[in-house]
Amino acid sequence: MRSDRTLILLVVAVVVLWGFAAFMPNWLMFLTTVALAKGLVVLGLVLLLRTGLVSFGQGLYFCLGGYVVGIAGQWWGVTDVGLVMLLAVLCALFVSCLLGLLLCRYREIFFAMLTMAFSMILYGILVKSQALGSTDGFNIASASLFGWQPEQAALGTWIYLLTVLIAGIVLLFMHLYFHSPMGFAGEAIRENEIRVEYLGVSPRQVVYLKYLIAAVVAAIGGALTALTAGHVDPEMAFWTTSGEFVFIALLGGTGHVAAPLAAAFLFELIRTYAFDLAPYTWQMILGAVLLLIIFFLPRGLWSLLPKPSAKRKNNDGHS
Amino acid sequence: MTVILETRGLSKSFGAVTAAANIDMTLQEGEVVGVIGSNGAGKTTFINMVTGYLRPSSGSILFRDREITGFSPRRVTRAGICRSFQVAQLFPELTTLENMLIAASMLDGSHLAVLHPLKKPSTIDKALKALDEYGIGNYADAQVATLPQGVRNLLDIAMAMLGGPALLLLDEPTSGVAIEEKFGLMDTVMNAVGRSGAASLFVEHDMEVISRYATRVIAFYEGHIIADGPTAEALGHSQVREYIIGTELHRQPAEGRDHAEN
Repeated sequence: MRSDRTLILLVVAVVVLWGFAAFMPNWLMFLTTVALAKGLVVLGLVLLLRTGLVSFGQGLYFCLGGYVVGIAGQWWGVTDVGLVMLLAVLCALFVSCLLGLLLCRYREIFFAMLTMAFSMILYGILVKSQALGSTDGFNIASASLFGWQPEQAALGTWIYLLTVLIAGIVLLFMHLYFHSPMGFAGEAIRENEIRVEYLGVSPRQVVYLKYLIAAVVAAIGGALTALTAGHVDPEMAFWTTSGEFVFIALLGGTGHVAAPLAAAFLFELIRTYAFDLAPYTWQMILGAVLLLIIFFLPRGLWSLLPKPSAKRKNNDGHS
Repeated sequence: MTVILETRGLSKSFGAVTAAANIDMTLQEGEVVGVIGSNGAGKTTFINMVTGYLRPSSGSILFRDREITGFSPRRVTRAGICRSFQVAQLFPELTTLENMLIAASMLDGSHLAVLHPLKKPSTIDKALKALDEYGIGNYADAQVATLPQGVRNLLDIAMAMLGGPALLLLDEPTSGVAIEEKFGLMDTVMNAVGRSGAASLFVEHDMEVISRYATRVIAFYEGHIIADGPTAEALGHSQVREYIIGTELHRQPAEGRDHAEN
């Protein structure tokens, strides 16, 4: 019953966010698109967090997704949104299949540091690649939608609509996932790997698969970010970007699939206003917020809602 | 009767310490065997070797005439041997029911499914029935970290038994349980195991528990088997009386041994 409710809420959320497109100012639409895209990356990270693993290197796939979209448009002339997204996903799958073989053997700080190291390797390669614009990165060719090229002014809106749809689909999948045997297998691994072994299951295999899923979701987030920003640079793979994802994950908590997206939205808002308020020390404001969260809401902002689903349903019923 | 488990010359040494030396034993289908021995006698080492937690230094293990020496724990589990632990190995932050559901999905290989929920009416029903069989159905929604020791031990065994193993190895099922509750716990476990038809081997320090449930006893001393036979015979063995039981058969062994072995 619970899952039906979440499904309805998801569909409602997608439709409402689509409706907002009619009267949203451009800056808010851009901010929401970026927040949703980053929220997807964080959702993948939450998947790993529930397994007891912290990745400080989701920037690797975020950046990879973005660069694949960029390269496909600028060098191969492929601008179709569906096609470039597919390329980004395949590329992330390929890389994560390889790196996962090593990473699934590590836990805790070792896992965190290794993921970060791989992400920094990509950063290093991109910074040295003059053809890809070194530290400046390069611009993304305007996207087309299934053979149709929307006019430049409306492109942002189209990407926004697309991002909302993709976020909805990924959220739905993740919602099913968290309640599935595979989702619980992650919690089992976090709690007791020895027991998992004695239940006839390889924890490494489960971690490996989870790492692939997290990578794919991160690449989707990166691709959408690149499409909406129209630009990619190596900063996307820098460790501070990965740290940002961890920050957002802590901000939202792991209590609900929608928490990372809500947190990402809040994060982008805080950052925008913090930057306005204190152009040189805005990171301090972010740091203070994180400290407050850790001290007072160790389970994230989502823990502020005591009965989130019940409350929401009532609200929906009245409105 | 057919032999289900056989070990030949099984040995394990840690550096200069020999934890198990030349263990030869066989176990018949459906048998209930008690294992006794003082601390460090090699009982847990033996179970750890059979279940793949430790690789034997030498010797071989055959399960249903199949060589399983050096198998990983998960291959041993899939072959049909399950175990419980001296310190119950559970998922403490989850509920009793969730522990059972996870165990069931892993043991039947559906743990990689993503599109159907873990908590389906059919699977919940099955898990609750299994919990009832061990008399812990009323703890279904309790978080495992809050459970009393005896209930945890039962849950540990109930989870292991979900796979329908042919052999169950119990490493001190009554550890951490008050003396007056030991028999109740063992009754529950032995009834359930008996109904499933699995052979079982259990480690126990309490000789009264041993003589009540085991049909055969294997006594370990310093890594060797010093006696192996029908319960009364083995408990009457002179070396067993001297090294393991002491002369006072019907008294509880000294307290504190659980802490020492944990």
